[in-house]
Amino acid sequence: MTGANSFQVSGYGPEKAGWTRVFARDGMARRLDWPILLASVALSLMGSLLVYSATRNRTELNQGDQYYFLTRHLLNTGIGLALMVGVVWLGHRALRTAVPVLYGASVFLILLVLTPLGSTINGAHSWIKLPGGFSLQPSEFVKITIILGMAMLLAARVDAGDRPHPDHRTVLQALGLAVVPMLIVMLMPDLGSVMVMVIIVLGVLLASGASNRWVFGLLGAGTAGALAVWQLGILDDYQIARFAAFANPALDPAGVGYNTNQARIAIGSGGLTGSGLFQGSQTTGRFVPEQQTDFVFTVAGEELGFLGAGLIIALLGVVLWRACKIARQTTDLYGTIVAAGIVAWFAFQTFENIGMTLGIMPVTGLPLPFVSYGGSSMFAVWMAVGLLQSITVQRPMSA
Amino acid sequence: MTNIPETGRSTRVQTRLVVIQVLVLSLLATLGGRLWYLQIRQGDEYAAEASGNHVQQVVQPAPRGSILDARGVALADNETRLVVSASRTDLLKMKDDGKAVLTKLAGVLGMEPEDVMDKVRLCDAETPQPCWNGSPYQPIPVTDEATPKQALQIRERAEDFPGITAEPMAVRRYAAPGKANTGQVLGYLSPVTDEEIKKAEDTDSPFLRSDQVGRSGLERQYDKALRGKAGVTRYEVDNLGRVIGEAESDPGVPGSNLVTSLDARVQRVAEYELNEAMKAARKEMDRNTNRLYEADAGAVVVMEAKTGRVVAMASNPTYDPNAWVGGISAKDYKKLTGKESNYPLLNRATQGQAAPGSIFKVVSTSAAVEAGYDFNGGYDCSSSYSVGGQVFKNFESASYGSIDLGRALELSCDTVYYRLAHQEWKKDGGMNPKTPNDYFYKAAHEFGLGEKTGIDLPNEVSGRVPDRQWKQDYWKANKDAWCRTGKKDGSYVEKLAYEGCLEGNKMRAGDAINYSIGQGDTLVTPIQMATIYAAISNGGTLYDPSIGKAIVSPDGKDVQAITPQAHGKLPISKTTLAQMDDALAGVATRGTAAWRFEGWPQDEIPMHAKTGTAEVHGKQTTSWFATYTDDYAIVMTISQGGTGSGASGPAVRNIYDALYGVSDDGKIDTRKALLPKPQAKLPTIKADGTIPAPKVSKDVVKDLLPDEKASPEEEYAPIDEQGQAATTPTQNGDNRDTRRHRRRGGGRGRGRGTTSGSVSRRART
Repeated sequence: MTGANSFQVSGYGPEKAGWTRVFARDGMARRLDWPILLASVALSLMGSLLVYSATRNRTELNQGDQYYFLTRHLLNTGIGLALMVGVVWLGHRALRTAVPVLYGASVFLILLVLTPLGSTINGAHSWIKLPGGFSLQPSEFVKITIILGMAMLLAARVDAGDRPHPDHRTVLQALGLAVVPMLIVMLMPDLGSVMVMVIIVLGVLLASGASNRWVFGLLGAGTAGALAVWQLGILDDYQIARFAAFANPALDPAGVGYNTNQARIAIGSGGLTGSGLFQGSQTTGRFVPEQQTDFVFTVAGEELGFLGAGLIIALLGVVLWRACKIARQTTDLYGTIVAAGIVAWFAFQTFENIGMTLGIMPVTGLPLPFVSYGGSSMFAVWMAVGLLQSITVQRPMSA
Repeated sequence: MTNIPETGRSTRVQTRLVVIQVLVLSLLATLGGRLWYLQIRQGDEYAAEASGNHVQQVVQPAPRGSILDARGVALADNETRLVVSASRTDLLKMKDDGKAVLTKLAGVLGMEPEDVMDKVRLCDAETPQPCWNGSPYQPIPVTDEATPKQALQIRERAEDFPGITAEPMAVRRYAAPGKANTGQVLGYLSPVTDEEIKKAEDTDSPFLRSDQVGRSGLERQYDKALRGKAGVTRYEVDNLGRVIGEAESDPGVPGSNLVTSLDARVQRVAEYELNEAMKAARKEMDRNTNRLYEADAGAVVVMEAKTGRVVAMASNPTYDPNAWVGGISAKDYKKLTGKESNYPLLNRATQGQAAPGSIFKVVSTSAAVEAGYDFNGGYDCSSSYSVGGQVFKNFESASYGSIDLGRALELSCDTVYYRLAHQEWKKDGGMNPKTPNDYFYKAAHEFGLGEKTGIDLPNEVSGRVPDRQWKQDYWKANKDAWCRTGKKDGSYVEKLAYEGCLEGNKMRAGDAINYSIGQGDTLVTPIQMATIYAAISNGGTLYDPSIGKAIVSPDGKDVQAITPQAHGKLPISKTTLAQMDDALAGVATRGTAAWRFEGWPQDEIPMHAKTGTAEVHGKQTTSWFATYTDDYAIVMTISQGGTGSGASGPAVRNIYDALYGVSDDGKIDTRKALLPKPQAKLPTIKADGTIPAPKVSKDVVKDLLPDEKASPEEEYAPIDEQGQAATTPTQNGDNRDTRRHRRRGGGRGRGRGTTSGSVSRRART
């Protein structure tokens, strides 16, 4: 590099090699949101350690290879990073044209789950078994396509400058687009994912500037729907039991309340600094079920203590904070809506997942973004990070 | 590219985005707060709960130390029984929860499969006994009475019996060497209670649920040393109870052995003689009540005079301490603690108290000398002594003229003491005392009466000295009742109550007079009297009686000797002591006890004695016999047994005969002597910590009486038969021959049975 380069103004200089462009003053690398990226990588790496700690002795799960889950988690993270790069490369705006195809494909996949190709894990019929021991959870991707689809519809006329806010017809269309996959997911039944989607829809509507009537109407409808689901017995017994156990964990410490009790004991026993990685007796003694996936936070709580578990919350806070900032700073409504939808998604999933291990939320099978073991979830959250990066990269540089 | 400038974005959207951001932050803050609450605020509680989750204890009980006699003979030790246990954790790993294995096991043990399964199930609110109440990680005993053949079958086919073990395990045994029962002295064990576990939680010797705790006697007194410390292995287990690692473990420490000063052989002789004396007394007619003597209880103490160590201590009625092993049945417990059996658990040597009668006169004699009366002075031994119209008679109204205090002791002349006590009472101010000297009461306290001797046995009683303070306290406590029931011209009891109401708080002349010969309200225990007579023998030192001689660690390396402690000196000068010693020798040679020591080799083994017959209102007289040589003091008492020398004399003589090997003709046969000198040294402790014991024959008494059949009767009330066997006088004459041997001592034409009439005229108390 010569000193002259530093005086060049971006966009007006001669053509440079690709990587030089990327790291130029106004280049992609400078415009990337590094805090989100670093926090996400840190969360994924912490996740791999916690998953390893939870599974290294569990021969019945790891097929005799104590690094089975560790390598897979790292592999998933790598694929996730690649997916992120791909999304940034394509750009969220370019993807906009592909949204109908993506949406259609994701709905097709969740429909496929309902056919005999789907399989049931932990009471939820939400998986597609793939050859080679892999399995796919299409509902994770539906979260993205709902965000993208709704954003596309809601932002179209506003970004075109036709009107300041989406009109009722557009809102109705957008809701229709969201409701179809939600109904399918509810049939699985994967209540946790439906709840995430409801929150996503709420976040998307809020950010789109749709009239307050829609927002409050949807809130009311959501509440009524929840009541209806409860009353009409659409919930399975295990789901009702989980809610009952949430209300009173002491109800049945050996049965339904077991998960929450043991999770709380694991976290509570961690204290300030925890028992040390791989030293947690609750973890080694497998007292907490599903510890590499839904209850991975308990490993952090027990083995890393308040400092380590707090770090996970803080890192997720960094991601969410920056994502909110991106939503506020981007100039097009499409980008705003997408970012807000991702914020709603990550925020709810974080709160629900950690909240259930802390005993302040009922137990549902939702993964903790980046940290929980699971390919589909990992790919989806990294694609979402890609979308956020794309939005921030492509926004015009302001002062 | 969008063509809406940034500023053109609607404020509605901007506001809502801020709302979303605030919402998201508050959610994260909630999580952080909750995390802080769980981990920092309540962290300790959860940590405790977590460790309770993962750590399970397996207890290896520490073998309890043995209680040995002075030569190393085990009085209490452990016996190995074959215990078959089942490990629940192993059984539950099987497909059928171990049903097949338990059924097979039941076949080998000859039990019903259901019974075996019931035994290994865990107790809960709904499960009736039998069920297992301990830790589910502890092997659960199925039987402790497996035969070696059954145990071999199980061990050799271990693959057929996964989770089943057949191990020899230690169970307490009271071996009764030479038939020495020693029940009340040894005490017994019973399982630890919940309260005790709680109470001892934070002490340096916490209990484990499986622990047995000494409940009385030496087992209780030396419980901590004998118990040792059970080993605890802590395993970390997972949620299914599978062991995933070993946590910190405490190695067990076996209990220490207790070497006592007891001698199993002398103990056996003492127990036997006490029982025989009581049996004999029950055949004697009490001329006062015209009933046979009840002889409902008795005790004898054999003490080393120079140390206060107890060589033998027997209490009757007695019981078999083995009844407690393996848990006492409710029926047996009721019997052992009931009135029917007259409380055989009581150790009457330390827990039985009675008026001492004339054996108290050694106290009165020293009090008189202390008060200034010349030991060699002349005191009138009249046939009676009158005070204010009340006549206090000498025993059988005998009269000996003017005698000195030594002769008064020898003859047990009551009137000498009446007169002295009355004079002192008058000197002290009579009914209106002003700073009284109270020599007689002071002396009793100085002799250690009214206080525990400090023997190493639990729940010793203190007896009572009825001094002014006691009178005052007693009156305060009872005057309301006395004043309510008292009648001036009523029955004897009503008259007593009337007087008590009026002046029960005052020391009356009659009180002082009765007190001087050990009658009235004075109460003493046999161990107190043994301590006093041992002190007279050893030159005046009142030792704390002791049974424990040394605590020997299981490896034999740490021997903690228990040295005799003294709690006082007799308040008499060397001269007076020597004079009293002479007088007590006179009792044995020409006084009230002489007829029991006929033919005794007095020159080789100077014998000293004092007899006592205490009157108890509404009951037959208590027999007391206090004796000593240079080496030993023996005190015996029989409640409602008759006179001192009459009821207790032959037994005490027989014990001395056995100790020194004195035969009927007065010859000393050292080969036959059980213990001519007290066992001073501790038994040899081998390098490996074991203490070899000399052989003790099956029944020591049988060896001493080769030509005679020892009593076929059990010495203690067999608890499976009627408990009153020990209290009701045996009136059938078919075991008359059991009394024959007692004529060895008192006999040679003087057997009580035939000549008691003429004898009792001579024999005084």
